[in-house]
Amino acid sequence: MNKPIRRVFFVVVFLFALLAFYTTRWTVFEARSLNQNALNKIPAQKNAKKPRGAILTANGRVLARSVKRSDGEYVRRYPQGELFSHPVGYSFAFYGQSGLEKYYDDRLTGRTKSVGSILDQLLGRGGDEQSMITNLDRGAQQLAQTEMAGRKGAVVVMEPRTGRIPVYLSIPSFPPAAMGTNAGVKSLNSDNQNSPLVDRVSDATYPPGSTFKVVTATAALDSGTMTTESTVDGNSPQTFASKPLQNDFNQQFGPTNLETALTYSVNTAFGNIGVDLGPDRLLEYMKRYGFYEPPPVDLPPGQLLSSGLRRGGDLLPADANFDLARTAIGQERLAVTPIQMATVAATVANNGVRMEPRIARAFRDDYGRTTLKVSPERATRVMKPSTAEELNKMMRKVVEEGTGGAANIGDLRMAGKTGTAEVRGGNQAWFIGFAPYDNPKYAVAVTIEKTQLFGGQVAAPIAADVLQYLLRNQ
Amino acid sequence: MLSARNRELLGLVPVALATAAGFAGVLIAREAQVNDLTVTYGAMFLVLCLVGHLFIRWRLPDADPYIYPLTASLAGIGIVTIYRIDPELAREQAQWFVIALIAFMATVVLVRDISILERYRYSIAIGAFILLMLPRLTGGVVNGAYLQINIGPLSFQPTEIAKLAIVIFIAAYLAETREILVTQERRFLGISFPPLGFFGPMIVIWAMAMIMLVFIRDLGSAVMFFGAFLALLYVATGRLSYVVLGLAMFIFGFEFFSQTVGHIQARADIWHHPLDPALYHAEGGSYQIAQGLFTMSDGGVLGSGFGQSLIRVGGDPILPAVQTDSIYALFTGEAGLIGAIGLLLLYLVFIERGLKTAMIARDAFSKLLATGLTFVFALQVFVIVGGVTTVIPLTGVTLPFVSYGGSSIVANFILIALLMVISDNARREDAEIGGVI
Repeated sequence: MNKPIRRVFFVVVFLFALLAFYTTRWTVFEARSLNQNALNKIPAQKNAKKPRGAILTANGRVLARSVKRSDGEYVRRYPQGELFSHPVGYSFAFYGQSGLEKYYDDRLTGRTKSVGSILDQLLGRGGDEQSMITNLDRGAQQLAQTEMAGRKGAVVVMEPRTGRIPVYLSIPSFPPAAMGTNAGVKSLNSDNQNSPLVDRVSDATYPPGSTFKVVTATAALDSGTMTTESTVDGNSPQTFASKPLQNDFNQQFGPTNLETALTYSVNTAFGNIGVDLGPDRLLEYMKRYGFYEPPPVDLPPGQLLSSGLRRGGDLLPADANFDLARTAIGQERLAVTPIQMATVAATVANNGVRMEPRIARAFRDDYGRTTLKVSPERATRVMKPSTAEELNKMMRKVVEEGTGGAANIGDLRMAGKTGTAEVRGGNQAWFIGFAPYDNPKYAVAVTIEKTQLFGGQVAAPIAADVLQYLLRNQ
Repeated sequence: MLSARNRELLGLVPVALATAAGFAGVLIAREAQVNDLTVTYGAMFLVLCLVGHLFIRWRLPDADPYIYPLTASLAGIGIVTIYRIDPELAREQAQWFVIALIAFMATVVLVRDISILERYRYSIAIGAFILLMLPRLTGGVVNGAYLQINIGPLSFQPTEIAKLAIVIFIAAYLAETREILVTQERRFLGISFPPLGFFGPMIVIWAMAMIMLVFIRDLGSAVMFFGAFLALLYVATGRLSYVVLGLAMFIFGFEFFSQTVGHIQARADIWHHPLDPALYHAEGGSYQIAQGLFTMSDGGVLGSGFGQSLIRVGGDPILPAVQTDSIYALFTGEAGLIGAIGLLLLYLVFIERGLKTAMIARDAFSKLLATGLTFVFALQVFVIVGGVTTVIPLTGVTLPFVSYGGSSIVANFILIALLMVISDNARREDAEIGGVI
């Protein structure tokens, strides 16, 4: 009978191997996804037991800090109210986290640290909390909020050379403190009319309208499909994909060069350019600009959307058929995030090199020592410096003579591109640009939902005022 | 070479050290002052270990030297973990240890000759059946299963004792009939079938498993009993075909009843989709399983440290049934994957010792009983750890020696008493034969 007994033991060994495997699965292989599961309140609960580092603007104004309650737990306070809710996010036990609070949770709580003893490890003690200095500028953010005047949309500013983000505004906003109460979470979650929790900078996509022509122009010039001298037919209307396409006010431009086409946003000319480019080249340049991947900003992956041709909520597969001419002018099923369009402007401003956007700048420990510098990350070179130089000139012309005249204020020396996409209920108004054009310090994207006006009328002035403020208060 | 008992004593030293370290760890983690009471629990536990050891020296001098230290280390892990959950529970558990140790000693004294059990097998079987049906008649529902009877303030889970009784009965029955099973088998289509007369008892045991499934609503116990039965059937006859036949019957029954009995269907759903928000929020849904997974993932490889896992916030449980069903999840959360594997290895070594005892035992009944007791013990670990880690649907059984629970501790101490009586007999015979030569 001993042989069967030995076999019974092997059965037990097999069963226990299963147990060990499944334990490994939950503690190792799937630990990360379990820790980030929305149902899992343990990480946030544990955080409540310890103070979190403060979050500060570039000038040291407090955006978030921890306060100890009488019961010994720490709770988060957001002294700026609704102003920075989307980039900073919130962190509450039981209601979870978002924004920078979530992305840099390990540093804010001190879980990431340089030195630690084995005893600390065994007892699960982390390091001390670190405070975060961001690139955010309270004055500029405030100005942007004032000028948006409650209209839904987004304003985002980026430094072309470093990717630093001084302004990151999504309207409507919400008071972060409300996410610490049951009633607050419920009412914010159920407000489908305004969707205040949606980050309209990186987590919402809109039709880009004519601002996309900068991308098309980049592809045409940089690939050599067009030169600054060559012309295309700019008469109106013309037929593309068996449907007529018109210029605004059905204006006739005849043979049109790239500069004129961009300055006056000539639809039919760009339609022809799109057809000349072909799908592969256009998609190639879109991808270089960062389309078809989530914006590489320092925010949690769950709250970022990729830009590109979309159907419903999903990106269209790269090999799907699409209307080239209408894509080239920013129509078709193009849907983009404001941070993507700010990146387009910033890339032109930075001689064709795309930088990754960064909201955080540095971390400090309790003694004021810098524990981490968030350094600029170069994403890729999108175009030749000469292409960027040509585009820079053309975008300057848009503001000097063309549709972006409203941004031509004072000594700002802005370059840019307007956009207006018809949507249900009005226009999606856009302006993207940078200033000063001859030594770009800031790039910007402004968009406003469902307005009756054009991008050049509503978005361009806000962009100009915010950049002027930043340049004067540098 | 050291005598068996001195090896046992030596084995208790690391147990004592580890338990002391465990209590110290919990104390440091709580940043509480070392108060007299907490030290008392640790000391009391160690004194109990020593008393047990001295008793074994006296009554079972030749028994396997590893079973007792392994038991003590598992119990040490249990008492530290329970102490970390709630010192009051640890106090109660310590009292149960006293009762369990008395039960251990009583068993050793009463069952000096293991064949007594063989003689009273039918009485034992009837007793087991009554024990199983009691909670359905009188008792309370735990996790949707009828598992306990309440007598005043005490609750008692009769399945724990019934587990032992059923194994004793099956072992006795098979020890008697194994010859017939093998010699009178029929071959049909090239497969060995047991003689017809055997089908009666087999169907009775199958029916008992199905009763557990449907009326007591306890898949875990059904798996344990029927699994132990099949293992013993295989050991008794060496016929794999019998096992396949029994397994087929069980799966058929399970499939049939899971289609028709809502409770079982619901269990399967939450087993497959523990993280589905709808099931998570549902009454009697996957909340417990999901929280167990979250606790384990929070621990990772090295664990979050003693006292660091969250058990409740305010009055809301983060980890339900933490001192019973979910204790493995808590232990994994705090001691990490490394600690969990260590715990499983302790169990595996224990099981190895149990089956070793079965292999050196001389008579069929002792062999079968030792195998059955060990295997049902192994299956119990599998059922609860597998339930917590979603290898199988979760049913509430205790993690032997580690979970809080009086009936479980008492039953498992009786189990090791029986194992050590068998071991003592077998090894003494070995020694005597050796002496003659």
